[in-house]
Amino acid sequence: MAVSAFDVQRIRTDFPILNREVRPGILLAYLDSTATAQKPAVVVEAMDAFYQKYNANIHRGIHTLAEEATTAYEDARQKVAAFINAANAAEVIFTRNTTESINLVAYTWARQNLNSGDLVLLTEMEHHSNLIPWQILAAERDVRLEFVPVTEDGLLDLGVYRQLLGLSPKLVSFTQMSNVLGTVTPAVEIIRLAHDAGAVTLVDGAQSVPHLPVDVQALDVDFLAFSAHKMCGPTGIGALYGKRRLLESMPPFMGGGDMIKTVHLRSFVPNAIPHKFEAGTPAIAQAVGFGAAVDYLARIGMQTIKEHEHAITTYALERLEEIPGVRVIGPSCDLKGGVAAFTLDEIHPHDVAQILDTYGVAVRAGHHCAQPLHEKFGITATSRASFYLYNTTEEVDRMIDAVYKVKEMFA
Amino acid sequence: MDDLYREVIIEHYKNPAYRGHLDPHDIIFEDDNPLCGDHIEITLRIDKDDRVSDAAFDGKGCAISQASADLLVESIIGRSLEEVKALNKEDVLDLLGIELGPVRLKCALLSLKVLKAGVYGVGEATDSLIE
Repeated sequence: MAVSAFDVQRIRTDFPILNREVRPGILLAYLDSTATAQKPAVVVEAMDAFYQKYNANIHRGIHTLAEEATTAYEDARQKVAAFINAANAAEVIFTRNTTESINLVAYTWARQNLNSGDLVLLTEMEHHSNLIPWQILAAERDVRLEFVPVTEDGLLDLGVYRQLLGLSPKLVSFTQMSNVLGTVTPAVEIIRLAHDAGAVTLVDGAQSVPHLPVDVQALDVDFLAFSAHKMCGPTGIGALYGKRRLLESMPPFMGGGDMIKTVHLRSFVPNAIPHKFEAGTPAIAQAVGFGAAVDYLARIGMQTIKEHEHAITTYALERLEEIPGVRVIGPSCDLKGGVAAFTLDEIHPHDVAQILDTYGVAVRAGHHCAQPLHEKFGITATSRASFYLYNTTEEVDRMIDAVYKVKEMFA
Repeated sequence: MDDLYREVIIEHYKNPAYRGHLDPHDIIFEDDNPLCGDHIEITLRIDKDDRVSDAAFDGKGCAISQASADLLVESIIGRSLEEVKALNKEDVLDLLGIELGPVRLKCALLSLKVLKAGVYGVGEATDSLIE
């Protein structure tokens, strides 16, 4: 039941932090949600309630608090599973974040199934979290890595992708939305083609799950990795979705409490999924916060959020492109999410971001954990503005005014 | 900002007096700031009294890193190696005349780390050199 009319000013009242001044008289304009999103009060309150009213360790506890905590933790799993339309909540593993989710697949499924000479197919626009785990595996197992190229306009070259599939990769692992270019990749088609070629698929959903409607059954994806903190939830928790038959076939990731069914001095029998992959006391309060965050997003509606971000991004790109010396990298706004990474003349992005900050405008500067992608575009770093449900065109205007100030200063 | 990007910093960034590469030189060292890709090379000439007779820096990076390198190089010409070895981060911040947060501090101090690694003849420009 999405709210009918999207009222960004009403949304903003859900996020107390948006009212803060960065320095006296200078209101925050938070344009860095691709790095981490702000949290609505309902998420903070849900975690607060856990600690103040029913803090206990989960599973195995008999007392009331333990039962309440266990119920809340498992309810959160149900909510997250429903949010991505997983067929079963047991297919959702709680991890620390997207990075841990991808590493979980790399250390379990991949080390069970990939051997010398096998191919992992990635793309040139991956975040380091979907690159380094495979580089480590490649060095250890003599596994080969190939990359779907990124075109000048920031899209994946699907012609080359089809050719690379001819090399019979065992795994195709790719982002559904670039954290720099904003490119939304044609995931349905990429996954279908990968499956036709006999590959298992992993989608890095760190950016897509917070910003777009994502349905794992419609995608038919084998693994989906994402983080709570980029979708209005807390840091310290993320999720790995995996198809049941795959998760059940995989060896455990980390060993310890809760991931076992029975233990003897010299052997153990692993627990059923999802617990098999959740060794040790998990981030319980954070899971509760994650559940509150997906409730919040679902109530507003992901399609509504996507449309709002599209409107803001379209406006931001128009305004940025009117500034002489600005170069925005990535595709046109119809092919991307709410990200605008740009360079400004020869001015270092750190200088741009620092001066923007003095006007209260928070953007990110650097290579955004996608160094190879920047190399591809012949630049070392960019300034990146990114947008979420709480951003306004007025904030975009403040950024544009500040960018003009930077130009003046360095003129 | 008007503090952080004081005119003197913008001026040293745009028109550095000591940008270059001394050839020949007695001491050379270079390093990067992996965070933002700033790069600084410093070359020094040392006279018979162990004083810096000439110095230059080269590199690329943000205004803070490049201006700080220019100011630092300017400040060490004519000084003894012992004095250069004694420089610390406060000296660089005094030269810049600004307050910096932890991230930008790395930009500002890269040149000092490079300089001290060079004069100490150690292989790495570590933070411990400038504490």
